[in-house]
Amino acid sequence: MTGTAYSAYVLGLADDALIYSHRLGEWLTWAPQLEEDMALANVSLDLIGQARALLTHVGSLDGTGRSEDDLAYLRDERDFRNVHLVEQRRGDFAQEMARMLWFSAYQKALYAALAGSADEQLRAIAAKAHKEVRYHHDHAAQWVVRLGDGTQESHAKMQAALTWVAPYVDELFDDSAPGVAEALAAGVGVLPSSLRAAVSADVEAVVAEATLTMPAVPKWRARGGRDGVHSEPMGYLLAEMQHLPRSVPGARW
Amino acid sequence: MYGNDFAEPDDPGAGPLNAADGGAVEAAAAHVDTKAQQGLETFDAIIAADQRIEPRDAMPEEYRQTLIRQIAQHAHSEIIGMQPEGNWITRAPSLRRKAILIAKVQDEAGHGLYLYSAAETLGIDREELLDRLHTGKQKYSSIFNYPTLTWADCGAIGWLVDGAAIMNQVPLCRCSYGPYARAMIRTCKEESFHQRQGFELLWELMRGTPEQQAMAQDATNRWWWPALAMFGPRDTGEHAVTGGHTEQSMAWGIKRFSNDDLRQKFVDMTVPQAQRLGVKIPDPDLKWNAERGHYDFGEIDWDEFWRVIKGDGACNSARIERRVTSHQQGAWVREAAAAYAAKQRQRAGAGAQAGAADGEGSAA
Repeated sequence: MTGTAYSAYVLGLADDALIYSHRLGEWLTWAPQLEEDMALANVSLDLIGQARALLTHVGSLDGTGRSEDDLAYLRDERDFRNVHLVEQRRGDFAQEMARMLWFSAYQKALYAALAGSADEQLRAIAAKAHKEVRYHHDHAAQWVVRLGDGTQESHAKMQAALTWVAPYVDELFDDSAPGVAEALAAGVGVLPSSLRAAVSADVEAVVAEATLTMPAVPKWRARGGRDGVHSEPMGYLLAEMQHLPRSVPGARW
Repeated sequence: MYGNDFAEPDDPGAGPLNAADGGAVEAAAAHVDTKAQQGLETFDAIIAADQRIEPRDAMPEEYRQTLIRQIAQHAHSEIIGMQPEGNWITRAPSLRRKAILIAKVQDEAGHGLYLYSAAETLGIDREELLDRLHTGKQKYSSIFNYPTLTWADCGAIGWLVDGAAIMNQVPLCRCSYGPYARAMIRTCKEESFHQRQGFELLWELMRGTPEQQAMAQDATNRWWWPALAMFGPRDTGEHAVTGGHTEQSMAWGIKRFSNDDLRQKFVDMTVPQAQRLGVKIPDPDLKWNAERGHYDFGEIDWDEFWRVIKGDGACNSARIERRVTSHQQGAWVREAAAAYAAKQRQRAGAGAQAGAADGEGSAA
């Protein structure tokens, strides 16, 4: 390998942002009100911005010189390093807020910790992104509380959404993901499991305020995303996202 | 990092790309209302002096209803217009294009919000207006009943549809109703950016592969005539509509130019842009008329125009069905938000009472 050994670590962060921004982009025109169309678009735009910066960084770190678009549009499914959480199909609004609550709490802790990274570029990306994901977290937290403490129907849906998202949480804190050991050795990355306590406490506080309860530990938990072993929705997502650039090879858009 | 090695679409000698580029929006924004200083009190005096009517001013009921209808139709067009372009968000061919497209669709939601808010100053609420859209009592621009079939359609919509919309909307920045005029000033500035990105999208395609060029030409072929039809029926002749609202709207300072005048301006501005892009306008009758100082162009297919307005367009039912489904699916969320807000008010009230009781207690 000619590039930096920890590039796989950064690629995992990039792909999480890329794939989640894609799923959030699917909400436009489907949000419960116009204000929420705008808010979800904002979160999607922030994440696509993070993805672009991180992917560009990966292209220089791994020595391949690939552009953000090469990495987004010309890799096959097995080469994507995102967690299963972000690739799951768009569900109802409660599911989206449950997913956003966990993901933004994770990103908030992650980007705060990356302020101490030895990789200057990653440090700069994290500093900017941290401000953005704090807003995402506020947004999700407010909705979880409103839905949990809203009507009987919304309470039930929000509770079900917490159960739905639970199997996808552990993977965010998987220390065995490619590049993690190298990133730690280089003083660049954060040990994923070290974020767990703070992220869980953050989510639990919101859940309590929402008059909801944390779901039981799920029997099955997602794994393999960081190694490129994804779930079935991922193939459809990539087919849709990559179709056009792949059908006109070498074209610029 | 993008686009530095092709000829700039922003050639300074090429003239404005859209009607908001010529300073008209800024001029409208500079309007300082002097009706108070002039001592103008009646509706007719304010209109005659080209000053602005504000929500608290007295106004004829027909003026109010005309504005509600027009602003609502405009707002509905913005939110239905999110669908055809939203159709390409998940398939945008580069991350830069995807970000631009999401931002554009987001702007359209924002324009819808400004406009519903402007309509609300006339004494009607957004829920009622949405209900009128969903039940077909109010319309949206018929252009959005056409499908977006290729990526180039996103460019054609920006260049032609937004270009035509700006031509219609720039005069509305001087509309006699203040809240509508101000909403239009903000909208036109953003629409101008939308139109430029559409032109730039097509520019890139026309400098690309043969497949990309064919895509751009095909989109131009399909969107040119519907874009011209956006200005509405002819002013005179067999395709004119009698008994419409135009004359009254002109007298009230809501409408400033006739449909055909605006359409001609749009054609005159857009044809040279097509030449710069390298796309062919699908009109065999299109030619420069030196005597008139304008382009002559062919007749719009008015049968198609009316057919699509009346429901026989490729996407009429799909657009409304999606809008209604989305609204219904969101009902439980909006109800929850309202219920939570009510609980919070109640808690604040109970807290205040408890606080007051504590106060009495401590005073006693």
